[in-house]
Amino acid sequence: MIRFDNISKRYPGTQDALSQLSFHLHKGEMAFLTGHSGAGKSTFLKLIALLERPSRGQLFIDGQNLTRVPRRKIPYVRRQMGIIFQDHRLLFDRTVFDNVALPLIISGYARQDIERRVRASLDMVGLLGKETQFPITLSGGEQQRVGIARAIVHKPSLLLADEPTGNLDPALSWEIMGLFEQFNQVGVSVLIASHDLDMISRLPYRVLKLKQGHLVGDGYPRGTRP
Amino acid sequence: MRPEKGARQGPGRERQNIGASRGARHSGLRGYFTLHLSMSIQSLGRLVRSPFATLMTAAVIGIALALPTGLHVLLDNLQRAGGDWDGAAQVSLFLKPHVDEDRALALADRLRQRGDILSVHYISPDQALEEFQSQSGFGEVLESLSQNPLPGVLVLQPRLATDKPDRAEILMTNLERLPEVELAQLDMQWLKRLFAILDTVERGVMIVAILLGVAVLLIVGNTIRLAIENRRDEILITKLIGATNAFIRRPFLYYGIWYGLFGGLLALILVDTSIILLQEPVARLTGLYGSNYRLGLLDLELSATVIGGGILLGLLGSWIAVGRHLSRIEPR
Repeated sequence: MIRFDNISKRYPGTQDALSQLSFHLHKGEMAFLTGHSGAGKSTFLKLIALLERPSRGQLFIDGQNLTRVPRRKIPYVRRQMGIIFQDHRLLFDRTVFDNVALPLIISGYARQDIERRVRASLDMVGLLGKETQFPITLSGGEQQRVGIARAIVHKPSLLLADEPTGNLDPALSWEIMGLFEQFNQVGVSVLIASHDLDMISRLPYRVLKLKQGHLVGDGYPRGTRP
Repeated sequence: MRPEKGARQGPGRERQNIGASRGARHSGLRGYFTLHLSMSIQSLGRLVRSPFATLMTAAVIGIALALPTGLHVLLDNLQRAGGDWDGAAQVSLFLKPHVDEDRALALADRLRQRGDILSVHYISPDQALEEFQSQSGFGEVLESLSQNPLPGVLVLQPRLATDKPDRAEILMTNLERLPEVELAQLDMQWLKRLFAILDTVERGVMIVAILLGVAVLLIVGNTIRLAIENRRDEILITKLIGATNAFIRRPFLYYGIWYGLFGGLLALILVDTSIILLQEPVARLTGLYGSNYRLGLLDLELSATVIGGGILLGLLGSWIAVGRHLSRIEPR
């Protein structure tokens, strides 16, 4: 699903943020990306979302070479994935429904289709009935779930999440993580950047560890996988 | 999967992805119009939700459009009113020195019979001298002359059609052939001057119109720039989740169109109100000149031009602003 082939990323005037990174996230796989702040997690996700371009190397998503995608085609690549942000990135002047509907409106779906899909998506994250509320009236956990509903409403085959539980208490974090597991079970590939090592170590998923731009670990938590 | 294979699959894959999801979407011309209709109504809704700010911008545009429109209407009316006044054209027939008053009056009578002459008025040499003395400032010089050097003059008002200027020429040659006549002079000087002035003013109005048109562009451009700044977060988020530049551009272009439309309508209201306010005094003024000319409201063509021009300027202004500012907002 995601394949890094000797990827390096260097910002002007600094040393490599990522250096010679190679890895492959398979279709339908769920994995965590960990490391201290500054280890390169954000850069890693930004490369996949085409917010940054690699300085060297090749990057493939679903077989498509992202290093060759021209600027004007970038939006269409982004529509293939769902992205979840730590700070939710919701539009606070629009209702929950309108926020979740945004990816569908952007892609030009028909109105009836939009209503059906938004409801299904909100149902999945347990927010059905809050369509007409504004995000500001919701709790942090609920806002994050609106963000998740927006990321999955167009049924992407890849979900990217940047510290999705960063601001949530443990109970809420587990709840959110449960949602990701659900999506993964229906075949969505999921990549989650997180520094919540305690939770990650208790889940049976692949963990990629970044340190100063290098991939220093790629495996499963002890005792979670044969 | 081998990288080369993935690389070759790239573009085809993308096309397939885009095509695959299109089934559920708006398709064809109808879908396109539905999309644009809902887009335009949405942006109208946003404008209506902040009525004061919208009205202010529209008012500035309206005034900027009303000024050249009003001047144009004024000029147009003056030109048409001037066209009605071909009675103002005079022909002066300077008679030969030996033609006395009786012959002159007889000639005047004969001329009155002609169809192409409205009126004839005789000025005797004595009257002419008196008038000249009092008006020219040469009074003393003239007094020292032993004889009156001025000829008798017949002042005619020809019936001229403004659309047939050569008829005036024919009339003039006919008049000059009369045995009593020394010289025939068509006196349209002041009318010519009026039209020359109107031409100059027309050019001035055009310059004012261009300047104010540029002003409208700047006003709309700046308003749209602020709107873009205000919705910066929204633009970033929509770009992050895959909005194309065309999608992001669209509501701002509709803002421009709406501003232009409102400005144009406001300009029409301003100009027509001014005309209504002016109608009565103008009727009184033209009445003093023996004309029953009345100021008319804007006709359909000019109204359409004002509104169309407003919309065009609004669209162009927002296009420029969007082109300059939108590309600078990229998610990081």
